[in-house]
Amino acid sequence: MNLLLEIGNGVLSITAMLTGIGLVFAALLIAKLISPRSFSVKKSEPYECGIPTRGESMIQFKAGYYIFAILFLIFDVETIFLYPWSVVMRGLGPQGILCIVIFMFVLIMGLAYAWRKGALKWE
Amino acid sequence: MFNFGQWTAAFNSWLMGLGTPEWLGITIECVIIAVLILLTYTVLALFYILYERKLCAWFQCRLGPMRVGPWGLLQVFADMFKILIKELISLKDTDRFLFKLAPYILITSSVVMLACLPWGNGLQIINWNIGIFFVLAVSSVGVLGILLAGWASNNKYTLIGAMRSGAQMVSYELSLGLSIITIIVLSGTMNINDIVLEQANGWFIFKGHIPAIIACIIYIIAATAETNRGPFDLPEAEHELTAGYHTEYSGIHFGFFYLAEYLNLFIVSGIASLMFLGGWMPLHIPGWDGFNAVMNWIPSIVWFIGKAFFISFVIIWFKWTFPRVRIDQMLAFEWKYLMPFSLANLLLMTLCVAFGWHF
Repeated sequence: MNLLLEIGNGVLSITAMLTGIGLVFAALLIAKLISPRSFSVKKSEPYECGIPTRGESMIQFKAGYYIFAILFLIFDVETIFLYPWSVVMRGLGPQGILCIVIFMFVLIMGLAYAWRKGALKWE
Repeated sequence: MFNFGQWTAAFNSWLMGLGTPEWLGITIECVIIAVLILLTYTVLALFYILYERKLCAWFQCRLGPMRVGPWGLLQVFADMFKILIKELISLKDTDRFLFKLAPYILITSSVVMLACLPWGNGLQIINWNIGIFFVLAVSSVGVLGILLAGWASNNKYTLIGAMRSGAQMVSYELSLGLSIITIIVLSGTMNINDIVLEQANGWFIFKGHIPAIIACIIYIIAATAETNRGPFDLPEAEHELTAGYHTEYSGIHFGFFYLAEYLNLFIVSGIASLMFLGGWMPLHIPGWDGFNAVMNWIPSIVWFIGKAFFISFVIIWFKWTFPRVRIDQMLAFEWKYLMPFSLANLLLMTLCVAFGWHF
């Protein structure tokens, strides 16, 4: 019962992906066939919030989001190491736990450093 | 428990017994699986739209949709058909390729995640040995769809919505992952099927007691944020951002975002039920043999779907209980409270497992 129908997981994953793509494609095709179509200059303008748009849309943007993305990158890469450890953790004994405690201490120090530096502050 | 694997195995041997070549057999089976996934996906999405609308109504002492069909049951079909026949407006100055690519990424990632869930005994499509990690990896791809949708729309409001959504989903993914690691420490495997089988003599929320309960609470909070719902629905805060990252999408294009949002709600509930509430395992109380026999009699698929619907109910309940948080409060909540808590909780679970303090 490990594998449904004795098909490899890769094939099944690709099947699921193709199903998703097919769903979007088919629905768009049906919509194209039965939906009305008209064109006017006013209609093709962005809606934004209802009133006419002013200026460029690709504006300079707050850097705060960028800092959080970098923080995420650091922590995500570090949590990747926790996954394989968590699977084999029982077989490693006290040494494995001690190592991961040190690893997590470094992780928490990183968070504390970012916190102290004010990276978590939103201005 | 009845093993649905018997049916699939019987079908497989029947198909191969007809003398079909292997490639043809696999193709036929893949097509059947694809049709089943598609049916499940649409039926679930339709059900969830009605479920949320009815629950929202009941929380506000209203009746909800009542006109179309008995108790408004056909309302969702009418809505979906309406969305299908709406015009797809093509806007000027949008990044056309990315604009059209975004729904594909979003829908595909949610379909792949749906196919990974254990629906019942023997009813699981994709079963990697790193199953739960695969699901998390695919869910991160979904963020890309939202970011692309906001970026490609040529609209300041969608850009802000997408950036908020990106920052939010990316931040809460950490505590989501850490609470899942907490359970992997307890189970010792990442295979979804094995995680469910490990819970035959007690769900992880009972087996892991204190750390598992904390992990469950952290998971549900992070999942609410991950699906852009409840108090964390900043990306589409109506008062500030019109409709967030999908403002410029019209017709069925908008419908895709709508579908993916509800499906993601089901998927995070499904993962919560498989990690904490035993997946399709029935509720067993040691010593109560008669009770256990009655529980065994309920089909496994009913258990899984029931648990998932229950957790979705809790997540929908949050929406009507808590006011919306601000972006700085939300990020501070994740980085200053949830993250350290989930790291400490992981250590607690490690100690519990190492000293055998779990059941």
